[in-house]
Amino acid sequence: MHELSLCQDVMDQVTELARKHGARSVSRVKIQIGQLAGVEPLLLESAFTIARAGTVAEQAEMITEVVAPLVVCNACGSESEVTPSSLVCLACGNNDTRLIRGDELILARVELEVDED
Amino acid sequence: MCDTCGCNITDGNRHLLTPPKGQTNFGNTPAKILNNLLLHNDQQADTNRARFDSKCVLTINLMSSPGSGKTALLEATIRKLNGSLRIAVIEGDLETENDADRIRALGVPAHQITTGTACHLDAHLVEKALDHLNLDELDVLFIENVGNLVCPASFDLGHHRNVALLSVTEGDDKPAKYPVMFRAADLMLISKTDILPYLPEFSPDRAEGCLRNLASKAPALRLSSKSGEGLEAWIAWLHSELKSYRKARQQHETVKPNVQPEGRMLHRAEPEIRFVAVKKSA
Repeated sequence: MHELSLCQDVMDQVTELARKHGARSVSRVKIQIGQLAGVEPLLLESAFTIARAGTVAEQAEMITEVVAPLVVCNACGSESEVTPSSLVCLACGNNDTRLIRGDELILARVELEVDED
Repeated sequence: MCDTCGCNITDGNRHLLTPPKGQTNFGNTPAKILNNLLLHNDQQADTNRARFDSKCVLTINLMSSPGSGKTALLEATIRKLNGSLRIAVIEGDLETENDADRIRALGVPAHQITTGTACHLDAHLVEKALDHLNLDELDVLFIENVGNLVCPASFDLGHHRNVALLSVTEGDDKPAKYPVMFRAADLMLISKTDILPYLPEFSPDRAEGCLRNLASKAPALRLSSKSGEGLEAWIAWLHSELKSYRKARQQHETVKPNVQPEGRMLHRAEPEIRFVAVKKSA
């Protein structure tokens, strides 16, 4: 949901990085999306094609990487990589767990084109 | 869904998209401002919450699929409370005053927000609705969100508690199918239990199991607004929340709902930067 406004947030950061590093353009942007982020990767990608227009990232490609939830068990301390619909500890089966990864949206990598000298 | 249907933009926040006066080059302005919609929503939500807190009005956001019995629950609640708590209702629907009319018919103040095309309420829409209610005369304000198990979970309205309804006609695996919504619930209500005998495929235990599988400790209550079965436990929850809210207010604190961050705010961690050298253009 609200992928377009999220994309604007991405664009703000990307534009700022390009400016800071004196880049000519942005060629690639990599985003990590937690499966519990409430953000749909395909929608984010299509929103990006709207958001990038007329910016330094006009030609940029967006790569999205989906991140599965990771929980730590409050009972046995094990960490388990789980699915969004079941945040249960895979080691002991307890559902008293804490989510430590999987609800985030992270700008992981930006590729900038700079003049060679 | 929202970027395609335009539901980010509601009557409450549309003004944020209007270019400043005298600006002729519309160009990238809307996009630039759109960027801040969620930030604006959160700021407005905090303002709303401060307004509720100044009058000590516990505000509860009801969320569910369309037709799972939110309005019927409110009607049953009003009857059960029988004036023992002063309440009001904000109703959210795409069209019609029908739900607000049902509440008013029971002598309780109600304001209907019609969202047009938007599939959720946002903090600005709620702020506008507050102009139609007198918070001085309230103990509890219910906000009945638009029936939708996706978007409402992500918009803070300034309320204090989230209640998610799941009716027995819907399938007991709803919490597994809509984890973002059900993880946000401070209370899950399994509604319409009076027709459970006709729906052997629905297991309340399984529904609760799906909620527990989301590592949620939210209570799961079963009730029927029609038969009245289970209403006592819901009313008791309401009183207990009101009690802890008032206690928090005495300490000048507030309570916040289990709203999920949804990664709505991009993490501010520094990304890895890769440089690609390109030949200088002539």
